[in-house]
Amino acid sequence: MNSVRVPVVEKILNANDQIAGQNRLLLDRAGVFALNLMASPGAGKTSLILKTIEGLSPLFRLGVIEGDTAPVTIDADKVAAAGMPAVQINTGGECHLDAVMVGKALESLSLPDLDLLIIENVGNLICPAAFKLGAHANVLIASIPEGDDKPYKYPNIYRGIEALILNKIDLKPYIHFDQDYFLRGVEMLNPGLKFFPLSCTTGDGLPAWLAWVSEKVHNVKS
Amino acid sequence: MHELAVTQSILDIAVDYASRAGASQVTHLYLVIGKLSSFVDDSVQFYWDMISQGTICEGGQLHFERLPARLACLDCGTDYTLDSELVPCPKCGSSRVKILSGEEFRLDSIEVLS
Repeated sequence: MNSVRVPVVEKILNANDQIAGQNRLLLDRAGVFALNLMASPGAGKTSLILKTIEGLSPLFRLGVIEGDTAPVTIDADKVAAAGMPAVQINTGGECHLDAVMVGKALESLSLPDLDLLIIENVGNLICPAAFKLGAHANVLIASIPEGDDKPYKYPNIYRGIEALILNKIDLKPYIHFDQDYFLRGVEMLNPGLKFFPLSCTTGDGLPAWLAWVSEKVHNVKS
Repeated sequence: MHELAVTQSILDIAVDYASRAGASQVTHLYLVIGKLSSFVDDSVQFYWDMISQGTICEGGQLHFERLPARLACLDCGTDYTLDSELVPCPKCGSSRVKILSGEEFRLDSIEVLS
């Protein structure tokens, strides 16, 4: 028997990336703008989704895909209660959504009836960064209580995003958070990144976020 | 935690390329992983030993080549390497930097018996 070196040079997650590309094609054909919302647990993903529904449902037809590691429908129930079509993905313990899971969820939504699709990823700052889903924009929610060092500790997730939200700014008086230090780290990883400091509790900063999403939805439509 | 999914992808790619090369066994796998890629070698090895069983990759050795994270300062032009955490330009302190490498995440080659 001969020992032979076979060149491969393939990205390890290439298969996922390709399926993500198919998802994107489906969304584009239907004229749906999709957001992949990532954050650590408790940063305010579901709160932001509910605020976005509240602000944009008069303008657009919205749908939500909820990723959870266990069959807990708390988040999906909240979205459904807000009157939106919601699909729950139970990842069965997996720490992230991948393109195959999202592809299956897309099948159970009526895409031509939607303008905006929000995908709530699993609460985690490591794994979701590696798996593309096919969304038009990856958005990360950081929050004041998590601390200002997160870009330095989790550089990956700050790299592949199109917008960054800093939630819970109403808590600034109570928590030490060096926003300059935080933003310096962000700037190193993702120069010129869209930045939305806001509070889902008080509503401060939400209009800028809603305006950005609206513009993106219009761009996909036109 | 995403190492299981990653390991499965490595296995799928290796089996695919080995089969196409008409190989009977995969003996070595050479992975190139940048320092900025979140990825635990030991964990991949653990899953590898489990899921490669019964495939042509069973017993194949994983080799991890870790590439450093290299940055270039856009203000003073200094090239520097990150030792551990992300730091601004060590020469002028600027945060205007460009990441040159460190995000590699690929299977470079495999060694097979044919």
